[in-house]
Amino acid sequence: MSTRVRDLLERLEYGPAPEDPRPTLRWLDARQRRFRLFIGNEWVEPQSGEWFEIRNPATGELLAHVPQAGPGDVDRAVRAAREAYPAWSRTPDHVRARYLYAIARQVQKHARLLAVLETLDNGKPIRESRDIDVPLVARHFYHHAGWAQLRTREFPGYEPAGVVGQIIPWNFPLLMVAWKVAPALAAGCTVVLKPAEFTPLTALALCELILEVGLPPGVVNVITGDGRTGELLVQHPQVDKIAFTGSTEVGRRIRQLTAGTGKRLSLELGGKSPFLVFEDADLDGAVEGVVDAIWFNQGQVCCAGSRLLVQESVAGPFLEKLRARMETLRVGDPLDKAVDMGAIVAPVQLERIRQLCEVGRSEGARLWQPSWAVPQEGLFFPPTLFTDVSPASTLAQVEIFGPVLVSMTFRSPSEAVALANNTRFGLAASVWTENVNLALDVARRLQAGTVWINCTNLFDAASGFGGYRESGFGREGGREGMWEYLHRPARPAPAWPGRGWSAPESHPSPSNRPEPTTTPPVDRTPKMYVGGKQVRPDAPYVRFVYGPDGRLVGEVGEGNRKDVRNAVEAARAALPAWAAGSAQLRAQVLYYVAENLEARAAEFASRIAAMTGDLSLAELEVRATIQRLFSYAAWADKFDGSVHSTAHLQCLVLAVHEPVGVVGVACPEAFPLLGLVSLVAPAIALGNTVVAIPSQRHPLAATDFYQVLDTSDVPGGVVNIVTGDREALALVLAQHDDVDALWYFGTREGAASVERESAGNLKRTWTNLEPWDWLDPASGEGVEFLRQATQVKNVWIPYGE
Amino acid sequence: MATAAPKVTQAAAVRNPGTELDLAWVASVRVNRSAAERRARTLPTRRTVKREWQVAWLLRAVRCLDLTTLSGDDTPGNVRRLAHKARQPVRPDILQGFGLGPNELHVAAVCVYPNLVPAAREALRGCGVRIASVAAGFPAAQTPLRARLLEVEEAAHAGADEVDVVISRAHVLRGEWRALYEEVRAFREAAGGCHLKTILGTGELPTLRHVAQATLVCMMAGADFVKTSTGKEGVNATLPVGLVIVRQVRDYAQRTGYRVGFKPAGGIRTAKQALEWLTLIREELGESWAQPETFRIGASGLLTDVERQLSYHLTGRYSAAHHHPMP
Repeated sequence: MSTRVRDLLERLEYGPAPEDPRPTLRWLDARQRRFRLFIGNEWVEPQSGEWFEIRNPATGELLAHVPQAGPGDVDRAVRAAREAYPAWSRTPDHVRARYLYAIARQVQKHARLLAVLETLDNGKPIRESRDIDVPLVARHFYHHAGWAQLRTREFPGYEPAGVVGQIIPWNFPLLMVAWKVAPALAAGCTVVLKPAEFTPLTALALCELILEVGLPPGVVNVITGDGRTGELLVQHPQVDKIAFTGSTEVGRRIRQLTAGTGKRLSLELGGKSPFLVFEDADLDGAVEGVVDAIWFNQGQVCCAGSRLLVQESVAGPFLEKLRARMETLRVGDPLDKAVDMGAIVAPVQLERIRQLCEVGRSEGARLWQPSWAVPQEGLFFPPTLFTDVSPASTLAQVEIFGPVLVSMTFRSPSEAVALANNTRFGLAASVWTENVNLALDVARRLQAGTVWINCTNLFDAASGFGGYRESGFGREGGREGMWEYLHRPARPAPAWPGRGWSAPESHPSPSNRPEPTTTPPVDRTPKMYVGGKQVRPDAPYVRFVYGPDGRLVGEVGEGNRKDVRNAVEAARAALPAWAAGSAQLRAQVLYYVAENLEARAAEFASRIAAMTGDLSLAELEVRATIQRLFSYAAWADKFDGSVHSTAHLQCLVLAVHEPVGVVGVACPEAFPLLGLVSLVAPAIALGNTVVAIPSQRHPLAATDFYQVLDTSDVPGGVVNIVTGDREALALVLAQHDDVDALWYFGTREGAASVERESAGNLKRTWTNLEPWDWLDPASGEGVEFLRQATQVKNVWIPYGE
Repeated sequence: MATAAPKVTQAAAVRNPGTELDLAWVASVRVNRSAAERRARTLPTRRTVKREWQVAWLLRAVRCLDLTTLSGDDTPGNVRRLAHKARQPVRPDILQGFGLGPNELHVAAVCVYPNLVPAAREALRGCGVRIASVAAGFPAAQTPLRARLLEVEEAAHAGADEVDVVISRAHVLRGEWRALYEEVRAFREAAGGCHLKTILGTGELPTLRHVAQATLVCMMAGADFVKTSTGKEGVNATLPVGLVIVRQVRDYAQRTGYRVGFKPAGGIRTAKQALEWLTLIREELGESWAQPETFRIGASGLLTDVERQLSYHLTGRYSAAHHHPMP
């Protein structure tokens, strides 16, 4: 020791500081390093008879064997969850709360075992698993013990979503278990969880804690395996909902596989999150922010701030500071308590990172890495900075999922926002400036589910987390996340005779032409309504509209894909001003629509009666429509966001309700006016713009309605109406990548194709089968509609001078 | 792993001559408190040293120590006792256990009131431990400037090697940067060949941005060191404040080429805290800064805990305070 000390005294180096893995290795040994499937609170042998290896990515050491669950195993697990569901879903709130509380306590008691196991399995630094992952796991269970306790009171009229299949990634193996399992159990769902094939060990360790707390059998089941197992779970008919976190590519596939099955879906997918540094930022603070953004968990973070955007005026000094900081990062043994970056999770991932860096270089981007070398043994990759990158570069668009930062510059706040939003993704963003005006303005304009101001990669169970755009849909955490595991029970709906789907479909023939009169009425030509203008169909064909007796009532244009295209463009163009306008203004417009409709109530009723046959029902429909407009005018400035109570001190977390964007609406067949307004009104009340396909059989109520819109100060493009074949037009909307959401009320087949085709841009779909009781406000309006019209952006604002 | 030291052209021995007061630079300083606090909070969790490395780091901390007594009841007697501890800060048998001779380790300086400089000087003659004297209306700086300057001159006269002056916090609070600049310039002149440490009294500065700006102005005015606290304010040296100061020190070195020292003082009592401060310097400024020429820890009680920790490394047994000679 002595000569060593003398030498070290002059050099002041960091020595090795390893966390002792032996207790954890003994824990593995005690289980013969061989795990089974966790089904119905039993450890069961896989019917598949297949096993695979789990290795430590830092050393290549074999840690354990786990089973590859096959079809029989998945079925067994789902059946266990299904059997457990009736009792668990009726278990009193307080009892479920006790279980969740007990799991949180168990996690804390076994914190070090879980942290070391996570690091061995995943390769992340022990500092992160110890200080970030495991504490957040405990926090998540505590928080959701609270939601279990309060579920019935806080979500009246809602029931648990049923049996949930959950598929999680390898980057935060245990934390993702918590994010998935805690809200499911709080809601009263039962769970079949599949951890990632690279990193299943902490999920299996958690099963032991679940046994210790005595959770009833079948409430949580864990099956290991690769993508094949996941696909079996997704396709199992007894699963009511799929919750998935992982790549956008797999998310798309899950969207397609579940289309038309009635399975609910929440997807938390990839990102290419921007990190914006303005010239008045604390540059040293922002440099440290970059470290937390892209060199946290080796950059294997879905919300990693991987696209650095720096204002030109400070780009030089900022990058110089950043490079100096990169030199002081330490990469190595993840169990060492003094390393910043550990190992990349698997050889295939390391290879992908290398390949993408090569692509970047070949495209002319400039690569910079620190002067020191990473360890030769194990899967390590150095922190990497690319400059000379433009939005057209592959590296600026593709998610690398590694410690690779690409940087670009901007000249103005508007250009910063434009560059930041120039991506398919919308998971998160980080904004650095000392100017609160600029910070909040930019935060509102960024398309991202989470915006961190002067901070990054902060998480808390009380705040929702999830994406905009192709980063997925649904939220995890807080009240926002609880909705994903709850649903409204199906309501009985009356079948109205002569209406919509049950109306007779007639064909044109001379016999059902109107009687000729001496003075013919002036011919009426209902048109499409696009961008505030009445327009003819792209291809002038007509669709005949008949009354219940088969008489011809009128004609509408036969819309085609170009009409839909034009309508979407008009809706997109109208969106920014409408979304940014005041809620008071939107309310005013809706009241005015109601006012003008009231003035023509009798005419609308008789027109509806001409198509449907029942005048008194038609009058009822018009009255209900006026009331509905009042409801959403009322809600326009009342469906507020909230301020979350997170565990972070001195930090406001604002859950801001924002419009989803351009919403396609395929209206129900029955109630041609009320159905249309019941969908359009909530959408525009909250700042969305709409392309509506009215009732296919009774479209004249909608074409009359645009005259009301025209006289009611509805800005052009906010509501667009395209008449024609509802199924065909809905499909065009589903396939349109500039449509952000699509609400469909119609047939099972129509719903399936809408869901399947929505996978292209992962637009949010809301599909419902007719009939629907539109006259009853309990089912025809309310928070469910408003939530569909909203996406929540969580803005984190730390404060203190 | 190599650390990129800032590109500093001047050798450490060259004193910072200061620069013109650059008010635009001062105005451009930005500090985000929550980001600084987050960095300071996680820094000790990102780095740790164990075993021989920790021993080496603790010995380095002793080398950088300004062993301090600043009390109304100080007498030549207790200052002499402090001086003896300064010459022999760690028990010779412990040093020997680490392969160091009894004369191979002493603290950087003792820090006393001006009246006690002669006593310290007497006791420290020829041993390499420097004498630092506080001055300039310590700790509040609320006496006439003429009196404060006289005090600085007297301390230098009495044989101090270094003078730790307090700045007028009022100048910082009122944004009177030129007044602060001129005050520190005057102190530097009065101190003559003595090294000048400017004490910011950060516990009495309202924001971290004020701390950063005051640091910068002191450096422009020719300070050799920037020191956090007198030890008499309600809040002493904290890691966020230290972080903000050393980042200014780094920027100043990069722009002017002059290395200014940093001295956290007040409230540093444990070996663990000493390691955290060394880590801060190592990470933000680089190893070369963690030398007595550019880094000091001002403390009185710290040494005992460090000695106990060293003893533990040697013997594997936890040590008691009374097994180590008190200062």
